[in-house]
Amino acid sequence: MDASLKQRLDDLVGTSPIFVFMKGNKLMPQCGFSNNVVQILNALAVPFETFDVLSDMEIRQGIKDYSDWPTIPQVYVNGEFIGGSDILIEMYNSGELREKLAVALA
Amino acid sequence: MVHPDQVRAAISQALPDATVEVEDLTGGGDHLQVKVVSTAFDGLSRVKQHQLVYGALRSELASEAIHALALQTSTPS
Repeated sequence: MDASLKQRLDDLVGTSPIFVFMKGNKLMPQCGFSNNVVQILNALAVPFETFDVLSDMEIRQGIKDYSDWPTIPQVYVNGEFIGGSDILIEMYNSGELREKLAVALA
Repeated sequence: MVHPDQVRAAISQALPDATVEVEDLTGGGDHLQVKVVSTAFDGLSRVKQHQLVYGALRSELASEAIHALALQTSTPS
């Protein structure tokens, strides 16, 4: 990956303790999986920022290489990739996500 | 689209001891639900567990032959 793209992704991930790469935005998710993640984070009432990968082909492909993860959405917490929709759902159901985000935002 | 058997075979090749269940959610072969149980996941984070499975399906995912893959990984109990 070229350095300027990596820098853009580093910068994006760093804009907020909880950052989501998704299709669409919080108000209008363009994919059911992205919607799942938004609904979970809304249910936990935590602040988060998002980036719409449909608006930028370079980021859309780049984030897959950056995270070594083939699908969107992707959730970062304090710069650490924690998973996509399936993992977020599992962590939400087990209570693990609430704890992790509480620690991250403390 | 891919046949569930191809998905099962690709995962079994990467993780020989794995028990793999593949369910075709729509009948179209591009929305799949996959459960994988393997000792290879022992001690790994969920992200790393899923990365092992995604690695086995890299070409199918990159070509979007598989559009949606709901994945559950676990170790034998």
